[in-house]
Amino acid sequence: MPRRALTGNEAMAEAMRQINPDVVAAYPITPATEIVQIFASFVSDGLVTTQFIPTESEHSAISACVGASAAGARVMTGTSSQGLALMHEVLYQAAGLRAPIVICEVNRSLSAPINIHCDHSDTMGSKEAGWIQIYAEDSQDAYDSVIQAIRIAETVFLPTMVSTDGFIISHCMQGVEILEDKQVQDFIGPHRSAYSLFGGAPITVGPLDLQDYYFEHRRQLMEAMNTSLTTLDAVNKEFKQKFGRGYDIIEEYKTEDADHIVMAMGSTCGTAKVAIDKMRAKGVKVGLIKLHVFRPFPHEQLKKALSKAKFVTVLDRSDTASSMGGPIFVETRAALYDQMPKILFADYIYGLGGRDIDIEEIATVIEKGEKMKLQGKVEKPLDYIGLRE
Amino acid sequence: MSDIFEVRWHGRGGQGAKTAALLFGDAIMSTGKYFQAFPEYGPERMGAPVQAFNRSSAEPITMHCGIKEPKVVVILDPTLMETQPVTEGLKADGIILVNTNASADSLRQKLKLKNQKICTVDASGISRELLGKELPNTPMLGALVRVTDVIGIDDLIKFVEKTLGKKFKGKPEVIKGNIDSIRRAYNEVKVTDGGGK
Repeated sequence: MPRRALTGNEAMAEAMRQINPDVVAAYPITPATEIVQIFASFVSDGLVTTQFIPTESEHSAISACVGASAAGARVMTGTSSQGLALMHEVLYQAAGLRAPIVICEVNRSLSAPINIHCDHSDTMGSKEAGWIQIYAEDSQDAYDSVIQAIRIAETVFLPTMVSTDGFIISHCMQGVEILEDKQVQDFIGPHRSAYSLFGGAPITVGPLDLQDYYFEHRRQLMEAMNTSLTTLDAVNKEFKQKFGRGYDIIEEYKTEDADHIVMAMGSTCGTAKVAIDKMRAKGVKVGLIKLHVFRPFPHEQLKKALSKAKFVTVLDRSDTASSMGGPIFVETRAALYDQMPKILFADYIYGLGGRDIDIEEIATVIEKGEKMKLQGKVEKPLDYIGLRE
Repeated sequence: MSDIFEVRWHGRGGQGAKTAALLFGDAIMSTGKYFQAFPEYGPERMGAPVQAFNRSSAEPITMHCGIKEPKVVVILDPTLMETQPVTEGLKADGIILVNTNASADSLRQKLKLKNQKICTVDASGISRELLGKELPNTPMLGALVRVTDVIGIDDLIKFVEKTLGKKFKGKPEVIKGNIDSIRRAYNEVKVTDGGGK
């Protein structure tokens, strides 16, 4: 398969070109601007047949996406940070209307103070919106996951966002294996939606739904979310079988004999793998769980994967403002409640606003975890990496 | 991990430090190796000090942390040596490659370097002569290939010919100018080993 030198943004734009969606409506925002900028050049060069709608804000962009999706179109957009936050109310509408829109998202912190660099606060702000959330580790993962996301969204009729770490991946060039256009088209197949305004018999989309049925419709949305794990798994298996690579919902790295597990999402997983190798060379039985999918939360998979763990070090690139730790920590602990107190947990908030995290820092918290594991006690369940105060 | 080769580029916005890093990375890939190329993450401003980075390895590279201890530092604009910490983290057995006419001895004194290899080439002069403008980044690639063993000069030239061939189809003089400037810098770069080695 040919490898091309692409940044995360270029890889996502290339996936969009090969998908050739019917409609893309977007508004630019750093560090996701390039995705839509490159895609706009595909439109003007006639490489895609997409109807491109440049809007005056992200709120309008996602609104246009919802309208186009209701009309039966395959729809995509790209955004980041404040842009995703401005989309917030419409994200719930897309999910509630079961519109299988795919967002190429680039993770960036939220203001204030203003900052253009990576953390996961933006997508974590919409984790309750009813969107599937996939966190890519690198450009290859981003490219492959965007293609898979179309199949997933249009099978379970749930909108899906695939995100990369802002600048760290969005602007980092690496070799990316690119499929042939036909392979991508064959894999995603023709567009499927739950309904269409132009499907024949007239329908109403988004009418008032009060005490009589709102409850059922929202529960069905949650049910779709729960069962989508099966689809996520099946689509990935098919992708792996056809193209020789894939991304499990949770990727386990050197966990077979590990009683100490590190958990992370996004680009940090790659850095953590090097730290794990380093600690293993010193005889520490530590492994990594890369959470590739955060929504739906893969609680059953995690219960199984952590069943032999004595200590879990969680790396969270956002906080919940609950004083209980970051979202990965809070949700994993909840999932593992029945198994506690056998498993000890420590959470580390790191990398807010793009603060770098290196191999040594991860190795250091693994060492700290080893000590706590031996003592059988967690001194500080919530701590920070790389904080200067 | 130990076989990962890391480079830090120093330039000014508009000088092509980022482009050079991307080209170098792409050229590394053309030889079958793995690479990363990334700019210093921040707003782009013409003339302001900027950095760009490369990683190269025979194996896939998974780490995504910043580069703190580069094996090689490339300086596109020598005035940056006055204001920027250009030698920060440079490995003790590292290489510093500067676009300058100044002598290696004067640079060793100015930058307080010990055993690192100092390499100099007048990339600006070469680019003015062969490309008709101040574009030191392409010739510096030729010099970089000479002083390291990541890829060969023929690999680089083959790659640049192919890449520029697509971009400047109707302008063979641009392609020739770039290739000539790469060869010239490759041939003219002066290498001075550190004392005590």
